[in-house]
Amino acid sequence: MSTEILADLSEQVRSAAADNRPILIRGGNTKAFYGNPFVPNGVASVMLDMRCLKGIVNYQPSELVVTALAGTPLQEVIDTLDASGQMLAFEPPGFGSGATVGGCVSAGLSGPGRLVAGPLKDFVLGAHLLDAQGRILKFGGEVMKNVAGYDVSRLLAGAMGSFGALTQASLKVAPKPFETSTLEWELDEAESLERCHSWRAYPLSVSATAWESQGSTGRLRVRLAGAAAALRSARQKLGGVALDQEQAQSYWGALREQQLPFFNTEMLWRVAVAPGTAPLGLGPTLIEWGGGQRWIAASLDAAVVREAAVRAGGHATQFRARSSSAQPQAGVFHPVAPGLAAITQRLKNEFDPQGLFNPGRLIPKA
Amino acid sequence: MNAITEPVLSYAATASREQVLLALRAVLPPHCILSREEETRPYECDGLSLYRSVPMAVVLPESEAQVQAVLKTCKKLRVPVVARGAGTGLSGGAMPHAQGVLLGLAKFNRIKHVDREAAIAVVEPGVRNLAVSEAVAPFGLYYAPDPSSQIACTIGGNVAENSGGVHCLKYGLTVHNVLKVRVITIDGEVIELGSLAPDAPGLDLLSVFVGSEGMLGVVTEVTLRLTPKPALARVIMASFDDVEKASDAVGKVIGAGIIPAGLEMMDKQATQMVEPFVRAGYDTEAEAILLCESDGTIEEVAEEIERMEKVFQQAGAVRLQVSQSENERLLFWAGRKNAFPAAGRVSPDYYCMDGTIPRRRLGHVLKAIQQMEIKYSMRCANVFHAGDGNLHPLILFDSNLADEVRRAEDFGAEILELCVEVGGTITGEHGVGIEKINQMCVQFTRDELDSFMAVKRGFDPECLLNPEKVIPTLVRCAEYGKMHVHGGALPFSDLPRF
Repeated sequence: MSTEILADLSEQVRSAAADNRPILIRGGNTKAFYGNPFVPNGVASVMLDMRCLKGIVNYQPSELVVTALAGTPLQEVIDTLDASGQMLAFEPPGFGSGATVGGCVSAGLSGPGRLVAGPLKDFVLGAHLLDAQGRILKFGGEVMKNVAGYDVSRLLAGAMGSFGALTQASLKVAPKPFETSTLEWELDEAESLERCHSWRAYPLSVSATAWESQGSTGRLRVRLAGAAAALRSARQKLGGVALDQEQAQSYWGALREQQLPFFNTEMLWRVAVAPGTAPLGLGPTLIEWGGGQRWIAASLDAAVVREAAVRAGGHATQFRARSSSAQPQAGVFHPVAPGLAAITQRLKNEFDPQGLFNPGRLIPKA
Repeated sequence: MNAITEPVLSYAATASREQVLLALRAVLPPHCILSREEETRPYECDGLSLYRSVPMAVVLPESEAQVQAVLKTCKKLRVPVVARGAGTGLSGGAMPHAQGVLLGLAKFNRIKHVDREAAIAVVEPGVRNLAVSEAVAPFGLYYAPDPSSQIACTIGGNVAENSGGVHCLKYGLTVHNVLKVRVITIDGEVIELGSLAPDAPGLDLLSVFVGSEGMLGVVTEVTLRLTPKPALARVIMASFDDVEKASDAVGKVIGAGIIPAGLEMMDKQATQMVEPFVRAGYDTEAEAILLCESDGTIEEVAEEIERMEKVFQQAGAVRLQVSQSENERLLFWAGRKNAFPAAGRVSPDYYCMDGTIPRRRLGHVLKAIQQMEIKYSMRCANVFHAGDGNLHPLILFDSNLADEVRRAEDFGAEILELCVEVGGTITGEHGVGIEKINQMCVQFTRDELDSFMAVKRGFDPECLLNPEKVIPTLVRCAEYGKMHVHGGALPFSDLPRF
């Protein structure tokens, strides 16, 4: 069945290409808010709905990989893995029940578990791409180690459909930890940052961290994950107050999905910074990934945030804004260095010379 | 056949050897240029000595500015450039181009900066892999990817090949442990890929750069992620009376929710080859042994070792031995890491393959390799990263005997094609280089190979960096396809093909 659907999708791409009509790739439409707006070229655009392409293609727990068609609901994959005691260790946010595997990989976003497990792109083992000529190209595969050809599947992760539509992805999975436990401290921002930073060089089974301001001080929550013995010794070293399991689980879930009250804001900035960065002082802040990911809930001027991000060895993204008029002139993403911009444009031209796919969403129109 | 047309790149069409040397002398001091035959000959191959080619010149720059100048010069004269680290690669990736310049990075051997708290090290590409771990050991840290050649191989080469090692099942490959690279493009421009922050804006060009075999740019600085050293590591040696049982045990360990720090297999051929050489205490009666490592805190390791032992018992292990001291653990690994020198002792030549397959197909593929030993009347020892499904069949042969080189190559090619057939890949960690370029035609369609070429042009529009490697041309695939149609009996077998 998927062969016919693929043929139909290819045909849609080919006919859009023939008419030079831009193609909007859509999965569950849960992350339309993220990235720059789709830039039509004045001609009616075509929506390529990937939801028709769904199902888990291959999953054998001992292989540590799951392969699913792009339109497969992300939740279905997570539930299937869960039933075998496995998980997506980078804990991708869905931002809605309709989230799909293709959208998840294309957006390239990771959740709390990224701190230690690594980002989404580290888990992409293979991907199939429906390209601008309507061809299905297969990159990578289902095995853990693969250096045959360039790692194009990782390039597609987070590319926001710039090179075409993902039709299938193979993701590395991980066994769920034998145990988890969440600890909590009352700490101000600077102290919390220092503490998280000092843990980096030690094996303490920390799997996620989150700090949020609370009144005049703040609250740091740390999730430990691993074998029972490891958690016992980590708890002894770290101290803190243990959180109730159920409360902890719902907290990390709400953090991942940005459902905490903090995220209810006019504008949300995401600032990624180098290790050891002090408080940015830009406004109400929520900090994840041991200090590396900072959410700022404030209507800030792009130039101000970007300058602070660059000083901190990182970059800033306007992650959400209620009003589209608040979008920065240069786009929501931090502009890349000229040398990289040139390579990016050349790659885009090589794969999609007509500029059909998701124009403007990630790569500025040339 | 008239449909086959492709752009033919005529390198050095405008520049003679003398012109190239003259231009290089204008940008480099004399001691950084090797041009006499006796100076350039030592660079004719890397760790895969089957493929050789002497470059027009070897340059050994000492500064980033010199690397920039060399690349600008080569670009201007349209001369191919091949970058080289320690030359330990096993796929001919650093084999020079006869009309090109070999760019050696051996002089970039400084560890520039170690940040203990942030657990990162900033190093130059010519720093040896093991030297990083040695330098950061006082801080209780190490660099996790540990290819068997780690004594000699360099970080720059590791980046080019996306090197693995015995611990990458748990700690990842090079791509998972490199945060940032500083790269000189063929235009001589400096770019930085990746970031010390969790990510960088725009496309993830770092991931596509790692493992690109020197075809996209030349690295001058690498920022590595370091890993806290575990308090303890212990290894289980499990013996099996059947290769398939040992293979199944691999899947069962993973299926039990355990990610061992290392999970390696050696078959009887391999243990019998290694044991007299290393005296590691291997069970040479077993058809296969597994080495399975647990690391972490003392309590954690005790808990995990117990769990692993249970799995192996249920999987039918006939003997289990757990290392009782750090010395014994190192001895168990010494045999594994010395498999290649041991092969050199029992056979005049050996050819190391590098396919990856789904773990569940291990038993099937190992049995098929046994059949191929009969077919090619050659021995093959298997010693490999079982946890990753990454095979390293060692084909033993004698290049002085008529026909043995060709038969060893055919044997290797058949193994790689079987890897693709069972859903795997022709290379897990050694790279394609020049060695596996024909098998690329088997693993990928023409459209996919063209898209690799598109990526290459995105970084290096004129294809001057390590050209004619990794991505086979249309003509080459057509010829390889024809060779297969004739089933082993090669047409024009006297023609030089590589």
